[in-house]
Amino acid sequence: MDPLVAASSVFAASLAVGLASIGPGLGQGNAASRAVEGIARQPEAEGKIRGTLLLSLAFMEALTIYGLVVALVLLFANPFAA
Amino acid sequence: MMLVSFPMLAALEVGKHFYWQLGNLEVHGQVLIVSWIVIGVLVISSALASRNLQTVPSGLQNFMEYALEFIQGIAKDQIGVKHYREWVPFVGSLFLFIFVSNWLGALVPWKLVKLPEGELAAPTSDVNTTIALALLVSLAYFYAGFKERGLGYFSKYVQGSPFLLPLWVIEDFTKPLSLSFRLFGNILADELVVGVFVLLVPLVIPLPVMILGLFTSAIQALIFSTLAASYIGEAMEGHGEEAHDDHHA
Repeated sequence: MDPLVAASSVFAASLAVGLASIGPGLGQGNAASRAVEGIARQPEAEGKIRGTLLLSLAFMEALTIYGLVVALVLLFANPFAA
Repeated sequence: MMLVSFPMLAALEVGKHFYWQLGNLEVHGQVLIVSWIVIGVLVISSALASRNLQTVPSGLQNFMEYALEFIQGIAKDQIGVKHYREWVPFVGSLFLFIFVSNWLGALVPWKLVKLPEGELAAPTSDVNTTIALALLVSLAYFYAGFKERGLGYFSKYVQGSPFLLPLWVIEDFTKPLSLSFRLFGNILADELVVGVFVLLVPLVIPLPVMILGLFTSAIQALIFSTLAASYIGEAMEGHGEEAHDDHHA
């Protein structure tokens, strides 16, 4: 592989995961803080809140995973490697 | 690319496959083998559970009834009481297949089985499996929409404003894309994280990560089937009129 392509692929892969985790991190923190507020205000709704929270956390997690998929493609199945 | 750890119980292999030649098609043999095992586990356990049905269930039958009720709950929440029954088998097959393949991929020490190339792993960590499942969901919700509303199904594309038409069309493509990549990425990420940890420290330390992996793969199965059910339910309901009738009736 061309060293320039290799170097920039590795660099891009790390940026892909790093940048893709910023937004979901903020979002998950926000969602978790609101869930805690909700539970504190209404402890009897804890089960329902927890279920919804986990489901929405997994949705936000998926955004980071998209970045990870891009990174994995760059590292293991690089289309520019030829 | 391949990284091998000390006891040879874990190796990280991405992009290596055990190819089978079928006609002029190349298929990933390791995915098919584990899929068949998953299907076998599901078929045998449901046959055993329903072989000698009791009115007061116990043991395996009890467990399978709990699983069925759980799946019915998913379908009922998303599709609605009126139509959910006919979609329980589809949603349930998706949930059970994904769940069992995720857990078998994580719990069974597949590395003990030697393959000429590649290694056995959860079928859902191969992008072809997840894309196939996601396309099945697409077909299912189009079928549900047509069956329920006929050509009126297409009115959703121009509801509100015709300028939104491209967005609705794009949505039909992004749904299977996000479904398949979410599942594939999560399962592959789990396996890679566990693999890297085992590579660094072979004992004890990877355990919490493995348990987290089991948890997230169960959640991914739940999410996939919930979303499939909600797409189907969304395709079946009109833009409001029938729902209003239901409320008044």
